[in-house]
Amino acid sequence: MAHHTLSPRRYLILGLVAVCAPLGDSCLSRGMTTIPAISLAHPSALIAAVFTPWIAAGIALLISFFASYLSALSWADLTFVLPATAFGNVIVAFLSRFWLHEAISIERWAGIVLITLGVGFVAQGPSLTQHPAPVHEERAATEVEPR
Amino acid sequence: MTISLSATPLAAVQNPWLATAMIAAVVLLSTTGEVLTAAAMKSIGDLDVIRARSGLKGAIRAVITCPLFFAGVFFLALAFFSLLLALNHLNLSLVAPASASLTLVTNAIAGKIFLKENVDRRRWASAVLVCIGVYLLAH
Repeated sequence: MAHHTLSPRRYLILGLVAVCAPLGDSCLSRGMTTIPAISLAHPSALIAAVFTPWIAAGIALLISFFASYLSALSWADLTFVLPATAFGNVIVAFLSRFWLHEAISIERWAGIVLITLGVGFVAQGPSLTQHPAPVHEERAATEVEPR
Repeated sequence: MTISLSATPLAAVQNPWLATAMIAAVVLLSTTGEVLTAAAMKSIGDLDVIRARSGLKGAIRAVITCPLFFAGVFFLALAFFSLLLALNHLNLSLVAPASASLTLVTNAIAGKIFLKENVDRRRWASAVLVCIGVYLLAH
């Protein structure tokens, strides 16, 4: 496994992967609780809900997450990127503790410590497994990492 | 979000095998989707390089002309709907932590077998730590 160092830009993309998904889910949850109950008999209400500010923001954040996630998967292993997505749970827990002033149990603090340790472990290692033969001609161009 | 569903809930809570099957379906479909999507992105190549050469449109074109990518999205959509089905019959406090944490381990196994990723001791340790951490955090 060759050692790859990630540029600050790529750490930023991994940060977006971690942050955008939980924030997007939170915006959707916030938006859906502020609108009246939607019945499956009236699906047009769901379409109207898409244009409310919180839900629109949630959708934009989830689209950003997916774009960042796809970008990360194009230059890093799945087993490197997935712990970054889990780190979003830690960010949400800290937001709920220090922004919403919610209580966090001992078990949740233990979970936060374990996820942080796990992400720290994988972040210290190489991001991409180098295979001996190039799979696609595009791969030949990946020798130089753009900034 | 309150969406009224008229379907009669199954006796999943009373039947541990049915509950296990529902969670297993979420985990397997999600893992299949993640692995296919990762394989698609690896076959396309580094999106930063493609974008530098062909612009954002070129990068988007490279992604949406890859059949493997749509296969991955298809399985991720199936995983989403199987999660909704599981949530309709089981408690959120069981389904969310179980599926989220187990998916990390199955992805590590699938990444090693199908994507030939070098899942060394560091990555196994990370997968197990994050798996337990997600379970504790979401439970």
